[in-house]
Amino acid sequence: MQAMKKIVSQTVVLPQTDIDTDQIIPARYLTTTSRQGISDGLFYDWRYNADGSENPDFPLNHPGNKDARVLVAGDNFGCGSSREHAPWALKDYGIDAVISTRFADIFRSNSLKNGLLPVVVEPEVHQWLLEHPGARLTINVEAATLEVDDGPSFGFEIEPFAQYCLVHGTDQLGFLMEHLDAVVEFERRRA
Amino acid sequence: MTAKSMLDKIWERHVVIPESPQTPAIVYIDLHLVHEVTTPQAFSLLKERGITVRRPDRTLATLDHSIPTRPDLVARGYEGMQPAAGRQVRQMVENCEEFGITLRGPGNREQGIVHVIGPELGASQPGMTIVCGDSHTATHGALGALAFGIGTTEVGHVLATQCLLQRKPRSMAINIEGELGQGVTAKDLILAIINQIGVSGGTGHVIEYRGSTVSALSMDERMTICNMSIEAGARAGMMAPDDVTFAYLKGRPMAPAGADWDKAVQDWRSLASDPGANFDREIFLDAAQIEPMITFGTNPGAGIGIREDIPQPTDAASRKALEYMGLKPGRPLFGHLVDMVFVGSCTNSRLSDLEAAAAVLRGRKVKPGVRMLVVPGSHKIKTEAEKLGLDKIFTAAGAEWHEAGCSMCLGMNGDIAAPGQYVVSTSNRNFEGRQGPGARTMLASPATAAASAIAGAVADPRNFLNDGSV
Ligand code: SF4
Repeated sequence: MQAMKKIVSQTVVLPQTDIDTDQIIPARYLTTTSRQGISDGLFYDWRYNADGSENPDFPLNHPGNKDARVLVAGDNFGCGSSREHAPWALKDYGIDAVISTRFADIFRSNSLKNGLLPVVVEPEVHQWLLEHPGARLTINVEAATLEVDDGPSFGFEIEPFAQYCLVHGTDQLGFLMEHLDAVVEFERRRA
Repeated sequence: MTAKSMLDKIWERHVVIPESPQTPAIVYIDLHLVHEVTTPQAFSLLKERGITVRRPDRTLATLDHSIPTRPDLVARGYEGMQPAAGRQVRQMVENCEEFGITLRGPGNREQGIVHVIGPELGASQPGMTIVCGDSHTATHGALGALAFGIGTTEVGHVLATQCLLQRKPRSMAINIEGELGQGVTAKDLILAIINQIGVSGGTGHVIEYRGSTVSALSMDERMTICNMSIEAGARAGMMAPDDVTFAYLKGRPMAPAGADWDKAVQDWRSLASDPGANFDREIFLDAAQIEPMITFGTNPGAGIGIREDIPQPTDAASRKALEYMGLKPGRPLFGHLVDMVFVGSCTNSRLSDLEAAAAVLRGRKVKPGVRMLVVPGSHKIKTEAEKLGLDKIFTAAGAEWHEAGCSMCLGMNGDIAAPGQYVVSTSNRNFEGRQGPGARTMLASPATAAASAIAGAVADPRNFLNDGSV
């Protein structure tokens, strides 16, 4: 995983609440055995009309939003399935952070392992961001702060180990493998 | 000594290295369930790094999500699969061979939906930590295990080390007292619970379901409830193991036997939460108040009693949901036309679910124009159902009788509804497009699903249990 210290971007807003993983990537895109091209399925049924043409009303399709790396979404983002294809698709599309008031547990955990930062903000901050699509901001992963350009700055909570891994590009499997002796000892004790 | 909850007890037994402010705990996993959809990238990672699967003996593999269930397609093997699904299945077969994992594929007598076969084989046991790259892993909590869904990166962690990095979740007790009414099932109970606490009401928590209502439930019913814990956002759902649990497990192929059995039961009895154990949150429910439930929206929390009116939307999301569903507030779903009925999924595909549907369908016909699929959760359930003649009841009524798999629960294998069609489904998710692009899912119990198939419209199962009139 690449180290990620700072994200500077404008926002794209999807105000809908409870956006589930079936919307982020529908099940028919899960037959893949790799991660290649996985963003093709991102928000597929919202991004495209039934005839396969682009839906011009969907915020990600607005010409001004193509470079946005921060997604502001309604409450409770990522509920539903455990499919890691959801954060993979977002990341592959070019999204580095999602801001909401709440994230589903598995989605949050999956995101943090893939360099996609879930940022939980207070309802008032959230409301402001929903009402100001395209706002430019800086997310400082190391300081756990979110700064709106020419505006206020807010702190957010992030699990310290996940933060460390993001900032340093540390791989969690490597960390676990270093502790295999303790695992062997644990198994021996229980046997 | 402080009183401990079941979560505390199971957690403590599995901590390899305790958590600190800087690092999560390293937690040992007793049983890892794997299937074809969420593992390929994890196996690839192992191969890239030259790592082996640490405990193939603690890894239980099946094929369920993307395989066909229609008998004529199943009979054609890879030819009967959609090309991408076929590649995925082939990859799973190869991965399991390469890493020495026994795969229960189609044709294998132990094949089935991952959350159905774990308990059925006796592999899922009280006190265990159980994970799977699938959010409905909480199902196994019905046996008194701590069972939760993980992502593919974590699947790789468990394959490589048999451990996960986790912080201890918070705990929630849902206390349910009283008797369920006639025609009211475990499915109705969990839909009512999700309706009450909301789809994110359990986020960050492990739910322990308790109370006299829960103790009176069968294992199948308990699994239906724990299964849908994730639909309330919870990490896991669990229930204290008791005599019902032990009677269910005894004699199953992977359950302890002989002297080991007695020792295990003695240990399992100590797992229940101590009196006075502390929960971060507690909720109380009266079972007698619950009606047969059905959902009208696009998340599992959007449920109503079968005779109730669809509520007025309160925000943009619920307005959008009603629009997607093509439904109007202020009138009931009861009597609304239905195009398809699906009885299956890890929520409601066990033998007693099929029996409940068959009891309603016996001697009756599925309304012409309605397509009904009955998909058993495992090969074993299919065989048992056929021994009881349930397949004959379904086919005589005009329903399709399939091989085991996930099928229309997530529509990955081509079993889907057409855009705009209404489906009464015994599965767990009514998300937009879950059962096919534009498909409209209404979640309900097997009895309600069967009653709706006969009526060709959303029906009250109680009408079919009393005197047979609609
Ligand atoms: S039946 Fe549905 S919910 Fe259960 S494992 Fe299969 S796809 Fe997932």
